[in-house]
Amino acid sequence: MSNRLTRRGVLRTGAVAGAGLAVPTIFTGSSARAYTNEPTGSSVTLGFNVPQTGPYADEGADELRAFELAVEHLNGGGDGGMMQTFSEKNLKGNGILGKEVKFVTGDTQTKSDAARASAKSMIEKDGAVMISGGSSSGVAVAVQGLCQEAGVIFMAGLTHSNDTTGKDKKANGFRHFFNAYMSAAALAPVLEKMYGADRKAYHLTADYTWGWTQQESIQAATEALGWETVNNVLTPLAQTDFSSYIAPVLNSGADVLVLNHYGGNMVNSLTNAVQFGLRDKQVNGKNFEIVVPLYSELMARGAGENIKGIPGSQNWDWKLENQMGDRYTGTNAFVQSFGEKYGFPPSQAAHTCYAQTLLYADAVERAGSFDPCAVAEALEDFEFDGLGNGPTLYRAADHQCFKDVVVVRGKENPENEFDLVEIVEVTPREQVEYAADHPMFAGGNLGACNSGA
Amino acid sequence: MLGLDRKDFILLLVVFALVVLAPFLLNPFPTNSAMAQFNAGYPDLMQRFVIFGIFAIGFNLLFGLTGYLSFGHAAFLGVGSYSAVWMFKLLSMSVVPAIIASVIASGIFALLIGYISLRRTGIYFSILTLAFAQMSFNLAYSVLTPITNGETGLQITLADPRILGVTATESGSIPVTNLLGAEMRSTYIMDVGTWAFQFNVGYYVCAAIMLLAFYVSVRIFRSPFGLMLRAIKANKTRLNYTGLNIRPYTLAVFVISGMYAGLAGGLMASMDPLAGAERMQWTASGEVVLMTILGGAGTLIGPVLGAGVIKYFENIFSKINSSVLESWFAFMPENMQHAAVYVSEHFVGPGWHLTLGLLFMLVVTFLPGGLVEGGQRLSRLFRRKPQKDAARDSTQSNPAE
Repeated sequence: MSNRLTRRGVLRTGAVAGAGLAVPTIFTGSSARAYTNEPTGSSVTLGFNVPQTGPYADEGADELRAFELAVEHLNGGGDGGMMQTFSEKNLKGNGILGKEVKFVTGDTQTKSDAARASAKSMIEKDGAVMISGGSSSGVAVAVQGLCQEAGVIFMAGLTHSNDTTGKDKKANGFRHFFNAYMSAAALAPVLEKMYGADRKAYHLTADYTWGWTQQESIQAATEALGWETVNNVLTPLAQTDFSSYIAPVLNSGADVLVLNHYGGNMVNSLTNAVQFGLRDKQVNGKNFEIVVPLYSELMARGAGENIKGIPGSQNWDWKLENQMGDRYTGTNAFVQSFGEKYGFPPSQAAHTCYAQTLLYADAVERAGSFDPCAVAEALEDFEFDGLGNGPTLYRAADHQCFKDVVVVRGKENPENEFDLVEIVEVTPREQVEYAADHPMFAGGNLGACNSGA
Repeated sequence: MLGLDRKDFILLLVVFALVVLAPFLLNPFPTNSAMAQFNAGYPDLMQRFVIFGIFAIGFNLLFGLTGYLSFGHAAFLGVGSYSAVWMFKLLSMSVVPAIIASVIASGIFALLIGYISLRRTGIYFSILTLAFAQMSFNLAYSVLTPITNGETGLQITLADPRILGVTATESGSIPVTNLLGAEMRSTYIMDVGTWAFQFNVGYYVCAAIMLLAFYVSVRIFRSPFGLMLRAIKANKTRLNYTGLNIRPYTLAVFVISGMYAGLAGGLMASMDPLAGAERMQWTASGEVVLMTILGGAGTLIGPVLGAGVIKYFENIFSKINSSVLESWFAFMPENMQHAAVYVSEHFVGPGWHLTLGLLFMLVVTFLPGGLVEGGQRLSRLFRRKPQKDAARDSTQSNPAE
């Protein structure tokens, strides 16, 4: 090799290397950005991070549909959906702050690690200025933490754990969906009416943050009625066969089974429970009952016949405006444009994701900037209406939305495959409100807003 | 040089160059072009490349040299992550104690598991390691939740003590991981024309450690100890009959391999302070086996290549959705476009596993030595011609000089 080292070669290499080193100083533009991923071009990128595989894949697919619809409406396509009924009129269909809205999608796999990797690539590679989505509270908590560190806004999708806006709340994270405490507060009076005040409950609980807080909330609310909690068994999220968990219920002396499960988990556990004949049993002289505190149309579809008569709670339902009146305006507008595009009514997961996207866009318009801190300020203590849930408040103390809760039941004689759930009653917002320092939500701290600057 | 022969030293230099220039090499397409989808030069993915490279290098020390196929290596990765996050929670946000703790903890854990598992060989050894890893996963997932926080994953919070550091920064947020004050997440973005190259502190920290890990692995490969390990792979029984006890050797390399995995876990937590139980799941253990075999088991560079390919698929192919596909096939008539999108949809996005599976199948069938064998075949194919060229060059260029 050394015989190739000539004076000419050295000179040439030196010149090339010198030129190479000089290039960056000529072309290097200023990289000073006022905050993470400040959009400088004619478009702005949002990141939609949803489960496309795993037990919550159905919810994820519906969330993605809603996001696409919301982006279409923000960019002026379609019929505008809930933008027409929204109490704020800042969104004109010309994107956000005049910038065209683009989006990237990712698969959370319902795993915290994968979700964070996906969100990171959206922030670092695609320049997303807001991340939304998620259908598992474990994932939502993890991604919310990431967004806080990276300095972008996290608009939580379907996440129902108390911890998301409780112990794990973050200044950059916002949740429109209701939570386990609200479910329990809304459901308890209905359960008392249906099943009486003298019941023995057996809980099967998904073993992660959502399951824990859901179970804790339901136990507290039902014990306040006079119910007794016989047992609480934790089941892994990845479980698909619950037979071994159902069998012990029969001999426990319980007369109510509470399934703190969601998505594919709930479909499987409910099917197993029905197969074991739990619903035909008489225990303690009463009919054996099953309760599913967090309900959705998608789950009802998955569970089929088995869901009939089983009570639960929802954040929103597509029949709300038709059955409960004008207070829930926006519902029909959304159902119509979603139905026209996809051919079936939206789930509550789709609704909350659509609403979150509009709320974010509106907050940016009102703040006049994509700066996460300005957006957060615009969202805090923001009162709005016309997004299908009636008058709603985004509380500044914990970034949780407060609105009415829908109590539902599996319909006995459904007319079609989308009409599986009937609304029992709507619990007014006052009844489900709580103090920001409620013991079930204590231990967290919003911290300071981070813009990544 | 550095105690390596010329060939190994050149290999080390090549790896060094690739790793240092990765922000350029992995970002070949301008930011706004349609091909930008395939750029991999962003900090998170580059970090993953080198971290999983370390993981695979360590696994290859065990599998490539001794032939002991461990199906539970993810357990060590998980233990490393948890120890690192606990260091961030208790001690400070500096990555140094976290990485040291993760290596030590996983080393001890590997010693325990190795001591028991190495009493058996072959398939029984694989099953034992798989069983231990699955046990660790279940412990982390639902039994030891006070330590691991279960499915939610262990995260740092504003309430952590951090006795040597600060609990919260002055502005009230969680402090970030750093090395001597340099934040792992800080990135310098160099705009060159329409390209944006990202230079991330965390990546270069990982890269430096990976180079060191690679160097140590080369030294082990070439050492008398490495030779002994190869002898174990070649014929254990014969080695036993010569009066040698192989267990100290296998246990030593098992622990070293576990420490590599722990190091990778510790680095993962240092880049992103979170540890989830799914890092210990059997799929994660299987992934490192795939990486090693895909790249070329028993070769020096193979596992690093394999890790890169699998992570690239996982992060880039999984993000191609149907609207991206539609824009690619937009030049076709509508019917053909729908058909093309429908077919290719199954190979990208959530279907990236399928593409990877096909690739793995092809590699194992046609290139049993992995990507490294592919590279060797290619170079052999081209070597003859360049020799002729060189000969012609010399005859022609000499007169000109």
